[in-house]
Amino acid sequence: MKLSAIKKILLAEVITGHDKLEMPIERCTACDLMSDLLTGPNTGSLLLTGLCNIQVIRTSVIAGLTAIVFVRGKRPTEELIAHAKKHDLPLLTTPFTMFSSSGRLFSKGLRGVEKTLPKSDS
Amino acid sequence: MANLKKRFEIKARDFVRAGEVSIEVQSLLKTIGFRANDVRRAAVCAYEAEMNVVMHGGDGVLELTVDPKNIVMDFTDDGPGIDNIDLALQEGFSTATPEYREMGFGAGMGLPNIKNHADSLEIHSKKGEGIHLRISFIVSDGP
Ligand SMILES: Nc1ncnc2c1ncn2[C@@H]1O[C@H](COP(=O)(O)OP(=O)(O)O)[C@@H](O)[C@H]1O
Ligand SMILES: [Mg+2]
Repeated sequence: MKLSAIKKILLAEVITGHDKLEMPIERCTACDLMSDLLTGPNTGSLLLTGLCNIQVIRTSVIAGLTAIVFVRGKRPTEELIAHAKKHDLPLLTTPFTMFSSSGRLFSKGLRGVEKTLPKSDS
Repeated sequence: MANLKKRFEIKARDFVRAGEVSIEVQSLLKTIGFRANDVRRAAVCAYEAEMNVVMHGGDGVLELTVDPKNIVMDFTDDGPGIDNIDLALQEGFSTATPEYREMGFGAGMGLPNIKNHADSLEIHSKKGEGIHLRISFIVSDGP
């Protein structure tokens, strides 16, 4: 799905990256633990997070994430926005919680980053 | 591709710049033309090691050595060092402060993660004598 669809589903506001709404988003990961972003193959996925510090941007750059949505209406500082711009990373903010944001996106077909699923989960 | 050796300084407790060295290394390796997966592996390891120097270590240095078949990163710092290396390598072991946990770090996954992503990890350290971390990658199909 496109980033513009994600914006709609999450009633999100685009903070930076207005020119990137056509970007396709294949996968999504939701976490507040930066280490989790670095262990798995998250390259190319969207990040939902409740953390709103500069390290989120840097960790996302290192992990190769394509866009960030801050949940619970969190708003990044100017410094953080400047960093995201430098790395061409779109930032959005949604009023929904992490759980509700994930549920809304999942129910519209967006999936996580796990490589294989247990058999019983079809 | 020419061989390359480059030195980067890392300051302990400098959260204004924490991680910038690794981002520079990532873009340098990309520019050199290494394959995306090798750049990713090296960038993740550099970042984990850099954050460790910033959070747990002392002022330090990353020396990056690159040739067409290898990427080697030597991290040294003059911090408190690691007392029990086997313990530090265990998943979940962390001496991170609540402040670092609030920033999303301190899950005790950094060193194990480096070990998983690199082709080899050597740790030399003694309590009170800082650390020397050598992280090496054999790159599959060098440019
Ligand atoms: N450069 C360093 N100097 C001193 N201690 C370190 C250094 N790097 C790692 N350590 C020790 O090893 C532990 C485990 O590191 P790591 O696996 O990266 O987990 P974390 O950083 O989440 O604590 C740290 O909590 C710390 O006690
Ligand atoms: Mg660490």
